[in-house]
Amino acid sequence: MWLMQPFNEGATRLFLGVLLACLALVTVLHLAVPAGHPLHVSAYTVTLLGKYLSYALLAVAVDLVWGYLGILSLGHGAFFALGGYAMGMYLMRQIGDRGTYGDPILPDFMVFLNWDSLPWYWLGFDMPWFAFLMVILVPGALALVFGFLAFRSRVTGVYLSIITQAMTFALMLAFFRNEMGFGGNNGLTDFRELLGFDLRTDATRLGLFIATGVALAMGYVLCRAIVTSKLGRVSVACRDAEARTRFLGYRVERFQLFVFVVSAMLAGVAGALYVPQVGIINPSEFSPILSIEIVLWVALGGRGTLYGAVIGALLVNYAKTVFTGVMPDAWLFALGGMFVLVTVFLPRGVAGLLGYLQGLRFQGQRFNRDRNETQSRDISKEASA
Amino acid sequence: MSFLSSLADRDHVFDFLVPATSPVDVRHGPILYLEDVSVSFDGFKAIDDLNLTIDDGELRCIIGPNGAGKTTMMDIITGKTRPDTGSVWFGSRHNLLAMNEPEIASLGIGRKFQKPTVFEALSVFENLELAMAADKRILPTLTARMTGEVRDRIEEVLETIGLEELRNGPAGILSHGQKQWLEIGMLLMQRPRLLLIDEPVAGMTEQEMERTAELLTGLAGKGKQSVVVVEHDMGFVRSIARTVTVLHQGSVLAEGSMDQVAHDPRVIEVYLGADPDEEAA
Repeated sequence: MWLMQPFNEGATRLFLGVLLACLALVTVLHLAVPAGHPLHVSAYTVTLLGKYLSYALLAVAVDLVWGYLGILSLGHGAFFALGGYAMGMYLMRQIGDRGTYGDPILPDFMVFLNWDSLPWYWLGFDMPWFAFLMVILVPGALALVFGFLAFRSRVTGVYLSIITQAMTFALMLAFFRNEMGFGGNNGLTDFRELLGFDLRTDATRLGLFIATGVALAMGYVLCRAIVTSKLGRVSVACRDAEARTRFLGYRVERFQLFVFVVSAMLAGVAGALYVPQVGIINPSEFSPILSIEIVLWVALGGRGTLYGAVIGALLVNYAKTVFTGVMPDAWLFALGGMFVLVTVFLPRGVAGLLGYLQGLRFQGQRFNRDRNETQSRDISKEASA
Repeated sequence: MSFLSSLADRDHVFDFLVPATSPVDVRHGPILYLEDVSVSFDGFKAIDDLNLTIDDGELRCIIGPNGAGKTTMMDIITGKTRPDTGSVWFGSRHNLLAMNEPEIASLGIGRKFQKPTVFEALSVFENLELAMAADKRILPTLTARMTGEVRDRIEEVLETIGLEELRNGPAGILSHGQKQWLEIGMLLMQRPRLLLIDEPVAGMTEQEMERTAELLTGLAGKGKQSVVVVEHDMGFVRSIARTVTVLHQGSVLAEGSMDQVAHDPRVIEVYLGADPDEEAA
């Protein structure tokens, strides 16, 4: 039996408070502390943290479908990458005639391939509002079509995981092709400006970091609103006893589709925030390995808590940065080792450990309360007798 | 202008939100008729020319040896199985054979299966909340709020099934018997007219059985629900039954009070010569 932790108001406030405090702290340490001081946070670190935060938002999106709806998506990297590509297309159009070949309209790779006009699906991406809308709509549309077909046929469990994996793999192969018009295996890069801000300045990097943090906070609040609503309780019901939920009159496949699409849109936003910070988007983001890694973050952090997903994403990616710097070859072993240790000793992840520690305190309080109640009941019984 | 203000009013009930179902017509007494119903699976006659009438507000027990067709009969009433011949009416207005499972459920026929299934991760209160008759589409569910009316209904059902003290505990910690009651409560949340209950006391302790007997006899009544219980346990049937129907090989063998059927020679023979009273002991 796997119980859902009651959604703790305090935990949410604590999480948001810590997140905003960290954003403020990093900003202050970056701006106010002079370079060379041991407490100074460099622009490199700010960007790295911004990347972690976009991963954290992606992890929250995965936790929404996996933790609360019981759908293990091994293809969320696809939605992340599609959001990233939509942002990348906008950034490519912003380059204008400053590319190597100096074409005012066509991105460099299209000139290189001797294309003479933009493909129709590149139209409109010079307008930021359109591009940002596509960041949400394209992953949402893919999730809608994919989910509609899968959930209507009542594909769940392992089979669904496998076809999500197949979906992201197919997209990766497609985006590797030059004829697709997304830059082939080089992807989209050499970005310069976002909304008029030069991407190479420290101020823009800090701005992107803060924007990502705010997006994570908003995504978290949105997911929290969903899981604490009646719809969230129906999702948990679908997760634990799908047939029973259907019998109560809920159209399970529609609930699955709704939550899946919301999650895909969040993943798209995470991808769009990721791309300007790392400066490149290429088909490797579609790789099935990445999608599996996302699930590992959530499992390590603790499934079905939302904040656990954030903790997991930050911990694993920090460990990855450290390990790939010190012992690049050992990273996959370390990741595997962490996963085994957590599965054996912390079956509900880091968040489960936090919940357990809190639970000990809570049980203590409850024990005292129950004991007081029992005593007062005994007293009232004696009084009436 | 009033239309605009009705849009702003969150609790406004628009016409299209009200389900267009006609109430069940029980003016003629019976709430459920089965007439000359037969069904066979691969040549085996599971139900053979069955005739059964349940009155409004009645508590009816159905007994019979294994393979007598009790479960198949339930399947036919709830629309899961289609009979080869015969007619099934709910009140005198609704022909159940022309409807599918969800339609029949929304008419007010609730069925409890033998094995209890509750949502273990949700609290007892939330289990009942989800079972409440409500608009179950996506957006109304997302924006649903706990109104006083809903709360009162849940409290009422909690009291009926005797789980008030456990309302905030997860359903996963309930005992087997408590889960059965919770599931009956979930059926009650839908304000059914007819409850079909399959072997409610299987695996229960003596005390839980007594409690279940109280619960079921309290549920049936004029203006409340009609209850049909399928049960093997003769002691339990004796404790709740007013009218007992004995099924055998897909048709009604005997019908009457517990004493009448217990002394019916055909019933005694079907139970391999064993007196149903003794079997219970």
